[in-house]
Amino acid sequence: MKLDLKKLKLRKVNETLQSIDPKKNNKNYTILNPEGNHAICVGLTDDIDITVKGHVGYYCGGMNQNANITVEGNVGTGVAENMMSGKIHVKGNASQSAGATAHGGFLIIDGDASSRCGISMKGIDIVVKGSVGHMSAFMAQSGNLIVCGNAGEALGDSLYETDIYIKGKVKSLGADCIEKKMDNKHLKKLENLLKKAKLEKLKTKDFKRYGSARKLYNFKIDNVSSY
Amino acid sequence: MCGIVGIYLKSKKFEKDLGKMLSGMLVNMESRGPDSAGFAIYKKEKKEEFKYSICINNLVFEEFKKDISKKIKYKSILKNSDHVILSSKENPEKVLSILNQIKEISLVGYGRSIEIFKQIGNPKDVVKKFKLEKFSGTHAIGHTRMATESAITTDGSHPYSTGSDECLVHNGSLSNHNNLRRDLIKRKINFKSENDTEVAAGYISNHLSNKKNLKETLESALSDLDGFYTFITGTKKGFAIVRDEIACKPAVISETKDYVAIASEFQAMAHLPGVNIANIFEPQPGIVYSWGN
Repeated sequence: MKLDLKKLKLRKVNETLQSIDPKKNNKNYTILNPEGNHAICVGLTDDIDITVKGHVGYYCGGMNQNANITVEGNVGTGVAENMMSGKIHVKGNASQSAGATAHGGFLIIDGDASSRCGISMKGIDIVVKGSVGHMSAFMAQSGNLIVCGNAGEALGDSLYETDIYIKGKVKSLGADCIEKKMDNKHLKKLENLLKKAKLEKLKTKDFKRYGSARKLYNFKIDNVSSY
Repeated sequence: MCGIVGIYLKSKKFEKDLGKMLSGMLVNMESRGPDSAGFAIYKKEKKEEFKYSICINNLVFEEFKKDISKKIKYKSILKNSDHVILSSKENPEKVLSILNQIKEISLVGYGRSIEIFKQIGNPKDVVKKFKLEKFSGTHAIGHTRMATESAITTDGSHPYSTGSDECLVHNGSLSNHNNLRRDLIKRKINFKSENDTEVAAGYISNHLSNKKNLKETLESALSDLDGFYTFITGTKKGFAIVRDEIACKPAVISETKDYVAIASEFQAMAHLPGVNIANIFEPQPGIVYSWGN
C-alpha cells in the first residue's frame, strides 16, 4: 500500500500505520514524498514493513515497537529515539542523536551518523557502517554500539554499561570510558550483530571494545561529602 | 531556534530562479522562526556604483526621495515596500555618513552587489511583501527569527551587515558578545543594536578589513566567539558556513553541480531542483565550509 505525503497529511499517514488490523490490513507500506518531514512513522506498534522513499526529518520511527522501517535516504535528528523493539534501516546518513534513549530494537545506518549517536541508549543495538561524530554513546546505559568507521571526540563519556565496538580510529575517549579486553563472549556477540547487519565479511578481531571504567557512576564512600 | 538558509550558484543555470528558490526555503523555515525574516541577495555589480539598502520605516517614500536628492547624487532609487535601494557613484564614505545622520531610517546593508531586505512578521508575509520570488542573482542568504537575545524589531532582524557586501545570519546565541562589542567599537566598527549576531558580523568585518579571507576569518571566529552557533555568511564572491564545536544548532548542505544549498533542516530544501540526486551532508562541528572567496 502506497501512502503519498504529497496527497495525505502526515497525521493521516501515521494514524493509518498506528492502527493496523492484523486480519484485514496489508503488512507492507511505502511512503512516498517524505520531503524531510518530521516525525514520520512515530509510535508504531505492529509488525509491519515500511519503506520510506526519500529523505526524512527529525525523530523518524520514534518510540517504534515491532515495525520494520527502511529509509531510502538521509534521516534528521533523533532517528529511532526511544525505540522499544523492531528494526530501522537508514540507507543514507543520520544526523545527531540517532537511537537516543532507545530501549531495544535494531538500528542500522549505512552511512555516517553525526554527533551524539546512541546518547543515553538503554538497550538498543546500533550498527553504523560509516563513522560517528563527537560525544557518541554519551551516558549510554545498556545495549551495543558498533561502528565500522571512526568515532569522534569524547566517545562514551560518562558511560554506564553499554558495550562499544569500533573498527576505525577513536579521536578521544570521554570521561570514564576505557578500552577493554575482547573475550570470546564479546567476539561472539559482535559476530552475531554483524551478521544481523549483513556484515559477515568484517572480521571481529579488527574491532576494539570500549566500556565503562565504572569509576564515575558507582557510589564511593570517599565521595559522600559531595552528595 | 531560528531558521537559516542560503544558496550559492555554481553555474548560471538558476540565476533567474534564485529568488524563487530562496523564497520556498524561507517560507518552509517559518516553523523555526515566526517573528521576523530577512534575506540578502547578491546581484551582478555595476561599475563604480554602490548600492545602499535602506529601510525607510514610517517615512513617505516621495518625501524621503525629495529629501535625499538634495543631499546625495544618485543613479537610481528604487522602492520595494518599506525598503529602498539607492545606487550612487558618489564616495561611499560620504554617502554612509549622510545616511547615518537620518535618524528615521535604518541602513540595513551596502556594497557593490548586495541588497538586503528584512522586516518583522511571518516569513511568508515578509517574502511576499518584498516580492522575493522575482529576484535573480548569484548567491543569497536568508533567516527566519525566533527572538531570544534582543527585541523583535527591524534592527533585531537578520541578515546583519557591518561591512561592504558582507552579511551574516545566525542560529544560536553568543555569550561573550558584550566584551567583543566593546573591543570592536574601539576598532571603529559601528553597531546599531544590542544583538549578539551583529557583534559576530562586526567581528567578521574587522577581520576581512585586515585582509584575511572568509575561511581564515571564520576559523579564528571559532576560538574567539563563545556560544552556540551555526553561521552562514556571504561576501561579494564568497559563501561559507561554520558550526561551533558542540554543534547543537543544525545544518544540512545539499550540493549539486549547479548549486550549494544550506538550511537548518532538509525540509527547507526539498523543493529545490535536483535535490534528490544532490550530495547531502551535515557540516561537521568546528570546520569551515566555503565556496568562492
